[in-house]
Amino acid sequence: MPITVVRREFYTPKAPPFAPKMMPYKGEGMTVDQSQEVVGNTGDEAIALAAKQSRVAVVPAYPITPQTIIVERFSEYIANGEVDTEFICVESEHSALSACIGSSVCGVRVFTATASQGLALMHEALFAASGLRCPIVMAVANRALSAPINIHGDHSDMMASRDCGWVQIFVENVQEAYDWTIMAFKIAEDANVELPVTVNIDGFTLTHCMMDLQVLKDEEVAKFVGTRKAELKLDPRKPISYGSLALPEYYLEIKRQQVEALENAHPATEKVLDEYASMTGRRYGLVETYATEDAEAAILCLGSAAGTAREAVDRLRQQGKKVGSIKLWLYRPLPVEELLCATEGLKSLVVLDRSISFGAPFNPVCSDVTVVLHQAGRDTKVMNAVMGIGGRDISVQDLAGELDKALEAARTGEVQAPVTYVGVRE
Amino acid sequence: MVVSLKELTLEEGFAPGHRLCPGCGPAMATRMALKAERGRPIIVSNATGCVEVSSTLFPYTAWRIPYVHSLFENAAATASGVEAAYKWMLRNKETDQPVDVIALGGDGGTFDIGLQALSGALERRHDFLYICYDNEAYMNTGIQRSGATPRGASTTTSPAGTVIPGKRGPKKDLIAIAMGHHIDYAATATVGFPNDYITKVRKALEVDGPAVVHVLAPCPLGWRANPRDTVRLAKLAVQTTIWPLYEVEKGEYKLNMKIAQPAPIEEYMKLQGRFGHLMNPNRKDELEAIRQDVQANWQRILRLCGQGQA
Repeated sequence: MPITVVRREFYTPKAPPFAPKMMPYKGEGMTVDQSQEVVGNTGDEAIALAAKQSRVAVVPAYPITPQTIIVERFSEYIANGEVDTEFICVESEHSALSACIGSSVCGVRVFTATASQGLALMHEALFAASGLRCPIVMAVANRALSAPINIHGDHSDMMASRDCGWVQIFVENVQEAYDWTIMAFKIAEDANVELPVTVNIDGFTLTHCMMDLQVLKDEEVAKFVGTRKAELKLDPRKPISYGSLALPEYYLEIKRQQVEALENAHPATEKVLDEYASMTGRRYGLVETYATEDAEAAILCLGSAAGTAREAVDRLRQQGKKVGSIKLWLYRPLPVEELLCATEGLKSLVVLDRSISFGAPFNPVCSDVTVVLHQAGRDTKVMNAVMGIGGRDISVQDLAGELDKALEAARTGEVQAPVTYVGVRE
Repeated sequence: MVVSLKELTLEEGFAPGHRLCPGCGPAMATRMALKAERGRPIIVSNATGCVEVSSTLFPYTAWRIPYVHSLFENAAATASGVEAAYKWMLRNKETDQPVDVIALGGDGGTFDIGLQALSGALERRHDFLYICYDNEAYMNTGIQRSGATPRGASTTTSPAGTVIPGKRGPKKDLIAIAMGHHIDYAATATVGFPNDYITKVRKALEVDGPAVVHVLAPCPLGWRANPRDTVRLAKLAVQTTIWPLYEVEKGEYKLNMKIAQPAPIEEYMKLQGRFGHLMNPNRKDELEAIRQDVQANWQRILRLCGQGQA
């Protein structure tokens, strides 16, 4: 009997008129290549392994909870001679990303990892990395930001830097963390993209949680990612200047090219997903839908909450309630057409945000989704559920409750509270 | 070892046509540093500052060598990445061309905002040279005081007022900070003595590991001096013992220029508007205090260099 990796049943949405490539897989039929080794790994370990197998040339990194295991594992690979990587134990995250930039402009493959305050400390370097078109891959172990200090998972770190011009991927489990990290190198280094990529994993929920992981062989990954072919680099034979001063006459054009490069990440990701699927049998998409085909209401989220959301959907479905769930794998560039396809026919939608955009009418993910629906002329009622802040548990019960509220909004056409801080003691 | 000017490359790594001011000390420091190359190509990692903004106005560049700039405080960290990438490429036969990596920053980017990145890169022992061109204030942003501004200098954030006579306290000792990392080579220099400076850059490039060269580079605009006096000022700084020329090789301090009869510090100061207020008789005490600071520092350097009392 083949091992089934996805226990749940997936639904594919109706083919939309514009037929974007979304949800290209049906989980129930998914089988595992028996030749793939299955190991128990945490999310951090899986990412370290993926970076190792992707043969990165330079890893500058600084420890921060809950990303630390990635750096520790990589140090062990170095100490045991398992990799040929230059490992730079930098003195801060700011220098970590700066060293990444220095290596990346030399044309080699670069990886680093960070979280929370580390990402915040990198903030200005994030923009330099994308502005200089450095295809760096960085794992972000999403964690709450101070103050008060809190080491647990939420998305406030990445959301505070979401406009940094990086491709942003959010994963649900350890397997996805591994697979997307490998794919991230190919997306970043695509000649039409040449931009940095973050692979976001929820702090502790994924970084420290051990799950089954199907591992590819070293040579399979090496063949898949290939070697980086940089057209422009710091080469004495053809000297170029990186990091010019561009004043009002040129700055806009350079930024516009950057916008285009990030848009190019959309087709580039689809291409990489196809290639990865034919190698591994694991087919991902940009957006995942679950039971949305005939749903009246659905919940949309990023990351590890997606599994809990499906559980909530299952419970309500058993009660005959027409609900579904949607997960975004790719958050930047936002897959707009796929999002419209996934939400088609929904009367109401709860958008889960694991970060707070203080003073804004909606929080980051909900703002994006609302704009997309509004622009498309949809009258879907949108509600914003703020959950999982500072690692607060996201329960099946809470999500079912939010879905019930969405059903109520679908029935009455009235949204009682646009933003709910689920479970808050007031 | 003294590098003779005759043996220097005629190639200009830092090309004419950049937008630095007439008489710019940092422009001279940059050009001369690239002339010190030892037959290996140089890659420069530059901090944000005058040299950076004036040499890379898109779509032009004054750099005929590979050059990278990204931020203000990260020249040393970026250089770490360049050095590591080349180590990996050489090991993996992705290139057969070894390079020398120079991180170049002004005093603001070195003494203040970039000090942590510099410290980290020195401690990790990357094979690179850090050159701090020191014009003793944030000149690019309009002459604000930095940790390298000398006592008494008037800047836009340490103006000489009726109560406070310019910047308070001495400048940081960059060589002592560098030597706190047990590196194999550190030296002071000025653009007034090119042979000495270029020789030091060459020596620093030949060191296997990190090295620091701290070069005084007068800024006519910020010092409120005549552009034609840049070299004169750079020499007077040494002759007054305000700027002792010395180097530290594997922990051994060596004085590079003995000054038997130091020139009065006023000769250096009176050419500069930033010290103008100290020439006023009512600031006699402050001037005297600075003179004593200079003498004490000179004696300290002489002791370090095994020269005893001057």
